[in-house]
Amino acid sequence: MGAYILKRLISAVPVVLGITVIVFVIMSLIPGDPATAILGSYATPENVAKLNRDLGLDRSLPEQYFIWIGNMATGEFGRSYSLNRPVLDEVMERFGATLILAGTALVLCSVLGIVAGVISAARQYGLADKAITFAVLIGISIPSFFLGMMMILLFAVDLRWFPVSGMYLPYGGGDLQDLLWHLAMPAAALAVVATGVVARLSRSAMLEVLRLDFIRTARAKGVGERRVIWGHALRAAMVSIIPVIGVQAGFVLSGAVYIEIVFQWHGIGEMLVNAILKRDILLVQGGVVVVATCYVLFNLVVDVCQSLLDPRVKA
Amino acid sequence: MLLAPMTRRGLGMLTLVAAVLSLGAPAAAQTPPGVLIVGQIAEPKSMDPQAVTAVNDFRILMNVYDGLVRYADGTLEVEPALATDWTISEDGTVYTFTLREGVTFHDGTPLTAEAVKFNFDRMLDESHPYHDTGPFPLAFFFSSVETVEAVDEGTVRFTLSGPYAPFLSNLAYPTGLIVSPEAVKAHGSDFGRNPVGTGPFRFVEWEANSRVVVERYEDHWDGAPRLEAVVFRPITDANTRTAEMLAGGIDLMVEVPPNALSEFEGDRYTIHEQAGPHLWFLILNAKEGPFADRRVRQAANYAINKKEIVENVLEGTAEVAAGPTPPAFAWAYNEALEPYPHDLEKARALLAEAGAEGAELTFYVTEGGSGMLDPVPMGTAIQADLNAAGFDVTIETFEWNAFLEQVNAGLEGKADMAEMAWMTNDPDTLPFLALRTGAWPDKGGFNSGYYSNPKVDELLEAARAETDQARRAELYREMQTIVQEDAPWVFVANWKQNAVTATSVEGFSLQPSFFLLLKDVAKP
Repeated sequence: MGAYILKRLISAVPVVLGITVIVFVIMSLIPGDPATAILGSYATPENVAKLNRDLGLDRSLPEQYFIWIGNMATGEFGRSYSLNRPVLDEVMERFGATLILAGTALVLCSVLGIVAGVISAARQYGLADKAITFAVLIGISIPSFFLGMMMILLFAVDLRWFPVSGMYLPYGGGDLQDLLWHLAMPAAALAVVATGVVARLSRSAMLEVLRLDFIRTARAKGVGERRVIWGHALRAAMVSIIPVIGVQAGFVLSGAVYIEIVFQWHGIGEMLVNAILKRDILLVQGGVVVVATCYVLFNLVVDVCQSLLDPRVKA
Repeated sequence: MLLAPMTRRGLGMLTLVAAVLSLGAPAAAQTPPGVLIVGQIAEPKSMDPQAVTAVNDFRILMNVYDGLVRYADGTLEVEPALATDWTISEDGTVYTFTLREGVTFHDGTPLTAEAVKFNFDRMLDESHPYHDTGPFPLAFFFSSVETVEAVDEGTVRFTLSGPYAPFLSNLAYPTGLIVSPEAVKAHGSDFGRNPVGTGPFRFVEWEANSRVVVERYEDHWDGAPRLEAVVFRPITDANTRTAEMLAGGIDLMVEVPPNALSEFEGDRYTIHEQAGPHLWFLILNAKEGPFADRRVRQAANYAINKKEIVENVLEGTAEVAAGPTPPAFAWAYNEALEPYPHDLEKARALLAEAGAEGAELTFYVTEGGSGMLDPVPMGTAIQADLNAAGFDVTIETFEWNAFLEQVNAGLEGKADMAEMAWMTNDPDTLPFLALRTGAWPDKGGFNSGYYSNPKVDELLEAARAETDQARRAELYREMQTIVQEDAPWVFVANWKQNAVTATSVEGFSLQPSFFLLLKDVAKP
């Protein structure tokens, strides 16, 4: 297992490096440079040239790229020109916020989705199944940013149960309760679609397992129905559910971009959008490297979990 | 029924969690008295006034720092601030300022002539030990400054390379705000996150992406402000900003989207509007193609229904523009100018006279951008109006940075017209940088439509060298008449900045400079 993990980690390095090259090339191909973005109406060729010199952007592109990679290898991600602070500080702070949001949404969608899927499968074509299937269809069909805006109008503007946006109160607050209170709406809005997907696939995975011989054997031996479903069947179905959750982690991370903008949750998605608009190459690069690394690691964790659950999957 | 108890329990748990979260939560709607929460449009870049270019950042900085001079309340005319008095030499090249006595920075150090000198040397002298705390993108506002001398403790003298009338007005701009030299020395490149000035509010904390907090500075030379503290919150999404205002999460919101203004009618809110030094116009390619003929350019001005655009597309958040200078520069504005009326007959007649009926035009439109208002719907309305008059207009749309790169390089060989908007602090800036022959793109200016009129060039050069304001105003008024007649642009709109405050907020008004001044605001 240790050797397998190490091998996977090493193979992740060229993936992340490849991503940095792609991002760097794309960022230098799109028209408009940082100096023009900063100077706006005042971007005369003379002012642009001077500012580029001050920003260190007058070097050749390969030169810029290798300087950046070399610095990054020593943990130096550079300084964001648009925020005037170290890239790493900004990325870590933002990524932490995204992890709180996406992590909560992932837990919500896994738990609710699996529970709904199992109930649905256990009572196939029953009232509960029909109700859940209907709810899931609606959940999958609503764009999360629209749902988010509707939730703001109802729960924040009209009812005033939850705050509209942000992570903490602007004045006072700052404790865990404050955070949870701000987290509730965005995490729920983000989890809805993923919950639907997980519920659907859990249902079909469970239906497949429930038809197998070992379930009939368990029932014949007199094992209680609750134990058959939540113990025997679910454990077997988890083998096909876990990869789905792995994929959902990716969706939740990318879906977080919209939710972060609607709820002004200052996570890495919102940061990347702004950084691209301002042509802040170092910030885009730093953010992408962290997200990509995290995604690769998460896939690894999913694979390891799966091999632990299912002896047939060879590590 | 095996599963039922479990689901019921699960539901019960969820309800409980929701109840705890909502009931136990602090009351969000009420922001505390004496503390003003301002909804900003973005995270500030820096709080170093010499390092920033965005109006969004200026809104904070104008409350933390003072300049040598400032704009008098409700005008764009300069009055004393940190300097009590100044003299200008006969030839307009030497400015001598007397500093206000007893002013201290928030860190306790005194304001001296040496401190003022430090500020300008840091920005302008590449060999200055603290020049590397930049870059200073707007340093060219002071590029005419040759030397700054501390004559004595309370007197500072600027020597310019030549007469340059906008100098005083540039000193009132955020780039001219005075920072504490000791704080720059202590924090170096991080000064922008540890700002120290002399303004009515002192910096408390900047929590990245979440808030900037400033509090009352009791020893301010112009009297302490009425508020205890101000919190600036970045909320980049306009819909979310509107929802925050409606939910009571913020007390003051700037840049309200036109379609959201109606939400704030009624007595729970006050809507503020103020026309500013802004012009939204179309650059016409006067070098080649149909617009090389003045009659065709005038026809475009007659054909476009500016009133309709201002009232319907912009929902009353702008006024119809008459010429190249916004009326907010009251002292230099030519009141006699009337906007080109919407007159299709006249437009068609002019087109026929010039033999340009059915002329094909390429029109560059941006998707967004600073001061561009609602560029895509505006572009579409303009296209429809021009087509109705007998043009054949094709739109090409660009993202803002790509758009600037295309347009600033000049329209020759690419397009016949392009959208543009400018916000300036002096009537000199826009025409000098965008209408002179010497400002064609290949000469490093912004005259992307290649307009050229020797008389206009002469008037602009003379106005820049004239230190007598009344005489200077005369020159600008004459320039406006000629430019309106020559129609190198289609003059479309002057934006009215807007803001909404909760009724609990007192004493707030918007400034024509578009700065946000909070010293006299109260929230009991």
